[in-house]
Amino acid sequence: MKMLITTALLLASMNTFALTADEIVAKSNQAVRYAGTDGKSDVNMVITDAKGGQRIRKFRILRLNTGGGTQKFYVYFKAPADVRRQVFMVWKKVKRGQHDNRWLFLPALNLVKPIAPGDKRTSFVGSDFVYEDISGRALWEDKHELVKETGRHYLIKNTPHNPRAVDFRAYTVTIDKKTFLPIKAEYTDKNGKLFRRIKVVKVKTIQGYPTVVKSRVDDLARGTHTISTCSNVEYNTGLKEKIFTERFLRRPPREATR
Amino acid sequence: MRKLILTAVLVSSFGLSISSPAQELHGFVDARYGLRTQNDPNSDQEMLSELRAQLKGTWSHNLFTATVRSDFLYDSVADRHDRIDLETGKGPVDLRELNVLFTPIDSMDVKVGRQILTWGTGDLLFVNDLFPKDWQSFLSGRDPEYIKAPSDALFISLFPSFANIDIAYTPRFDADRFINGERFSYWGGTDLSGADLQTDKPDEWLEDDEIALRVSRNFQGWESALYGYHGSWKTPRGLDPVSGRNTFPKLSVYGASLRGALAGGIANLELGYYDSREDRSGTDPFIPNSQVRLLAGYEHEIITNLTGSVQYYLEHRLDHDKYRAAFPGAPGTEADENRHVLTLRLTQMLMNQNLTLGLFAYWSPSDHDGYLRPSAAYKLSDNWLLEARGNLFFGSDNHTFFGQLEDNSNLALAVRYSF
Repeated sequence: MKMLITTALLLASMNTFALTADEIVAKSNQAVRYAGTDGKSDVNMVITDAKGGQRIRKFRILRLNTGGGTQKFYVYFKAPADVRRQVFMVWKKVKRGQHDNRWLFLPALNLVKPIAPGDKRTSFVGSDFVYEDISGRALWEDKHELVKETGRHYLIKNTPHNPRAVDFRAYTVTIDKKTFLPIKAEYTDKNGKLFRRIKVVKVKTIQGYPTVVKSRVDDLARGTHTISTCSNVEYNTGLKEKIFTERFLRRPPREATR
Repeated sequence: MRKLILTAVLVSSFGLSISSPAQELHGFVDARYGLRTQNDPNSDQEMLSELRAQLKGTWSHNLFTATVRSDFLYDSVADRHDRIDLETGKGPVDLRELNVLFTPIDSMDVKVGRQILTWGTGDLLFVNDLFPKDWQSFLSGRDPEYIKAPSDALFISLFPSFANIDIAYTPRFDADRFINGERFSYWGGTDLSGADLQTDKPDEWLEDDEIALRVSRNFQGWESALYGYHGSWKTPRGLDPVSGRNTFPKLSVYGASLRGALAGGIANLELGYYDSREDRSGTDPFIPNSQVRLLAGYEHEIITNLTGSVQYYLEHRLDHDKYRAAFPGAPGTEADENRHVLTLRLTQMLMNQNLTLGLFAYWSPSDHDGYLRPSAAYKLSDNWLLEARGNLFFGSDNHTFFGQLEDNSNLALAVRYSF
């Protein structure tokens, strides 16, 4: 019995050691973006500018995993008032050379408008988060190196294969060994200076899934920061794929509005 | 009337008893002032001088969603302020929406009542979207949402597995809110005019009705659609030579569109055949000839936070020879067989998306005219917005589409509080 435990421990630790940087990043990506078959959350973002002025964004986000790493997102805005009831929908693609499909629904015009693929490093709804922070950055876009390992964390350095397409030279991510959630990410600019930091403030286990429920991103160059808080998080709610279509852009489903 | 109220109360209490209704009330207050950038001998200098409040309420129940959205406004440029005219939106109330949406069966949605209807792929150019537009608002510096005038319609959407089918039935013809001399001067056939346009609008319930149909389907990311329309020209393009009034001749439109991702951008193509049913031969000088309309567009992000799009639009008149032969106006003022229009849209987001600079430009190489719509909008806070808009028309002739509007070029400033 003792031997069995020892062997098991050995195997387990070997297994841990055996994880390559790519595997750690893949597991982390899975933990933070793909939990369950689907997910739902109310997001509250407080954007604070360098002078202390604040702006608020509130939205409900619905996510469905659609296989092979693809996902569909439905973002229903509740605040500020001028974007209330607007819907932003994404069909996320992960293969090289493929762009996400994105749509915006403008209720005052009853207009469904496809959005041209754009720079994913631009601000999401005016916050310090960028689009890529919300829908995820494709793993093949960076080279991943395990630079440090402690009892509790991995430290992964990510260097983009195409540095011209992004606003950073590299970023390091601290990943919790137990949950595989990234708990800190730091971005250095072209001169190697730290200019952007995302920190997880609070993690909660919901339906067995460790979940980031509060995070903060600092734009150190501009002195602005955004705090994002998630509430009413639920997994495996049985979201139907048909919600992510033009029909339900024009007619938001109760999953989004209630 | 009493019966109606009783029914309404019954319906609403029925709704209340089966679910906890989600209710919300939102809106904005918008003050807007616009001036012509030059004198217009046919109109006043002021283009807009209005204070507007929009209120929107929605009531969501298990069985239906009811929406009411209405503008309350005072506009000192308008002819009259006392009478409410819900059809034209004139007067102190412009009811934008008053409808009920329900899902009688799983694969069907029904929206009945006053609503805004939109389809088609054009950007401020319309081929198969024959729902009413509000050109007066659009050209005078109001918020772009006012390009659409409301429809009083029954809108049924069906979702069988092979396609989406939308049917819009308007029991009484809804015309565009067209240029009529109140705010804009226009080409009157012989000269520029600011006189009130006299029209005969089809207004018989069920007889002067409109029906519009769309069948759409997504093929591997390409949104394709077929369209049909049966109604009348949306602006008074006909003329009754006896009464001298402008008319809305009968019109049917058949078309198709395609839109999808292409080379890192979005491409669209749309076609429409305009069957001018009262003058199929093209010989009647007082009724527009049939047309073929074509639209092709492409949108792409140029650099980070700067998006650009271009469109090419063609209006091809059928039986042009017969049109020319029968043309009653002054020589040299007849329209070309082909009206070509190019558009360019540039949108730049700055200051964390709080400042948006925009330009939309129309240019017609065949009419030698054009229309520029520059805009700047700054979000002071989540509630306060400051906005400046320009509507600048130019052209070498007075009888062309944009050229006739040259004296109406205007600039508008606005402040809006949203809640």
